[in-house]
Amino acid sequence: MNADVARDPATPARNLLARIGTGHFVLAALLLAYPLVSSDFFLTQIGGYSLIFGMLALSLSLLAGYGGMVSLAQISFAGVAGYTVAIFGENNSNILGFGWPWWLVMPLALFFAATSSALIGWVSVRTEGIYTIMITLAVATAAFYFVRQNYTLFNGFPGYTGLRAPIVFGVNFRDPVPFYYMCLVAATLSYAAVLYAARSTFGLTLQAIRDNPRRMRAIGFDVTAHKVVAWFYAGLIAGLAGVLLVWFNGRISPGTINVAAAINVLIIAVIGGLKHPIGPFIGALMVVLMQTFAIDIVGAERFNTLIGVFFLAIVFFSPDGILGLWGQLRQRLAQEDLRSRQ
Amino acid sequence: MSIADAPKTPPGSAPGSPGTGISRRQVWGLFWLALAALFIWLVFADWPDWVKNILLSKKAFLSACLNGLTLAGLYFLVASGFTLVFGLMRNVNLAHGSLYLLGAYIGYEIADRTGYWLLGVLGAFLILSVVGLLMQVVVFRRLEGDDLRQTLVTIGISIIAADLMLAVWTGGTYQILIPDWLAGAIKLPIVTAVRSNGSIVLLSYPFFRLVVLALAIVIGIGLWLMLNKTRVGMMIRAGVDDREMLSASGTNVHLIFAVVFAIGAGLAGLAGVIGGSALSVAPGEDVRYLLASLVVVIVGGMGSITGAAIGALIIGLAEQIGLVYFPTYGVVLTFVIMVVTLAIRPQGIMGKSQ
Repeated sequence: MNADVARDPATPARNLLARIGTGHFVLAALLLAYPLVSSDFFLTQIGGYSLIFGMLALSLSLLAGYGGMVSLAQISFAGVAGYTVAIFGENNSNILGFGWPWWLVMPLALFFAATSSALIGWVSVRTEGIYTIMITLAVATAAFYFVRQNYTLFNGFPGYTGLRAPIVFGVNFRDPVPFYYMCLVAATLSYAAVLYAARSTFGLTLQAIRDNPRRMRAIGFDVTAHKVVAWFYAGLIAGLAGVLLVWFNGRISPGTINVAAAINVLIIAVIGGLKHPIGPFIGALMVVLMQTFAIDIVGAERFNTLIGVFFLAIVFFSPDGILGLWGQLRQRLAQEDLRSRQ
Repeated sequence: MSIADAPKTPPGSAPGSPGTGISRRQVWGLFWLALAALFIWLVFADWPDWVKNILLSKKAFLSACLNGLTLAGLYFLVASGFTLVFGLMRNVNLAHGSLYLLGAYIGYEIADRTGYWLLGVLGAFLILSVVGLLMQVVVFRRLEGDDLRQTLVTIGISIIAADLMLAVWTGGTYQILIPDWLAGAIKLPIVTAVRSNGSIVLLSYPFFRLVVLALAIVIGIGLWLMLNKTRVGMMIRAGVDDREMLSASGTNVHLIFAVVFAIGAGLAGLAGVIGGSALSVAPGEDVRYLLASLVVVIVGGMGSITGAAIGALIIGLAEQIGLVYFPTYGVVLTFVIMVVTLAIRPQGIMGKSQ
């Protein structure tokens, strides 16, 4: 990240290709070609799932990395979108389910998610710093208990089942390959949006507010409005991930948005690193791979201990997550290189 | 409080300047008096029908209130440790719920093996104090001044702790047996109904729950006395206000931190045994009591024992009364209280603004 920032002013963007950068092209090519080499299981359970959770963590990292507001309620906003899909779209739980078409339900879901995020954001920006974690954790927990107790709207404990991805122009998005590409497109859009927003006037203002809210307020910026808008964008991304998540699972229940899930999103974001929007996706891939394969090593029961220890290790030894480790490694290699040349 | 507040009030904004009738404080005083009078009337009067139409039966209402009070006592025990630790160290201990649950399990084991309930309570308090001490010395001292990382570490600890406790005590529900001298119900001198033959029905209530309430009050007063009347308490309060100055004036701040953390964790463990006796112990309770602590201190104000008491009272009553009158929306009520508090007074009812 730092290297990028330092380089940017020096090399004026000659054209679009140069601005996007070689790394992104390689990554895009790899991701696009991934379905050619992978089985259905790897395509959806690893690929699609990582992309979805990467987006959830990205929405957290947008708030935490650029706005300095660590939110634990992102999964709740995804849940708002998910339940909107279940209530306004089709489900086979025989409760509600208005059967609206996907092109109407999806924007509605995103709108609800973003609005609820902005509302919670508006409440939580009345305080600063560490309070945000507490308030959003309280919100996430309350949301979980509420949907579990409420049967008239959220169908309580069982939630909704039979939520299917739509068939559009003959393409069935329930199939692994179309579903993977749908996730990839959504993730790419979110990633590019965050990357773009971070360098826009809004993003720079937000980062300045993170670093010194008092000074920004004194200069005349509306600190609260900027923060609330950041929450709105984060809710948009979380909502998109939420819609994909219910299509992936085919169902939504209180278990989808419980406290463990809320903390999972934070773990992914922290493991990956909050400094750059690619971090959440790396973290998601790591955690999903661990979830899938560590079970063979430690058994399904003690998985949480494993991930907890891994998380603690990251927090203690590399505050910037895996991205930070990579940065440290690169620095060390560069020094070795210099030493060997002398 | 009132003396300290007086100079801050701008002269223009106070409607209580002489000549304009009654002051704002007097209005609030009258409001609280009226509320108290209404409550006393509700408790002791024979309810007319229109009240019954609104509030169901007198027995349901009074039970809800009493349950709310005892739950508030429990919440206070859990949240007071949380708020003390936060106020002094700016450390949001999200593993506080895990401390509660661990205390409950340890209390269960001790009480079950020795047969002495009091030994379980004492043991849980002492063992959890040591656990808290270790957490402070081994973990938090290394990350001092880094709020976010401290909080993340407590999240990691709570995940591991929940998983390990699940491994040891499995997913079952435990009930800590209370000794005979605390068991049973007693009749309170409150009339719930008058039978047609003229005999009166008194409200009976589990004795143990009243003990919980009394214990919470005693511990609350004890904490208040410790904070306000002792030397250690003075240091703690000084630390809450200005940690650097306290350190600069020659106090061993780390010792104070360790003491506060030990007390806070010990109280969580003690609350675990009490809660496990009054209600039950099961996985997932850690999250429930963490949420309760969070909301109580957000509403009451960080770092204030009085605030924790007020917050616990509001949340406990709201939860139990909500459970009786609008069951599926009880949680929302708690949430609404939190949001309203944040909207009107972001620092909490008794919190100091930074």
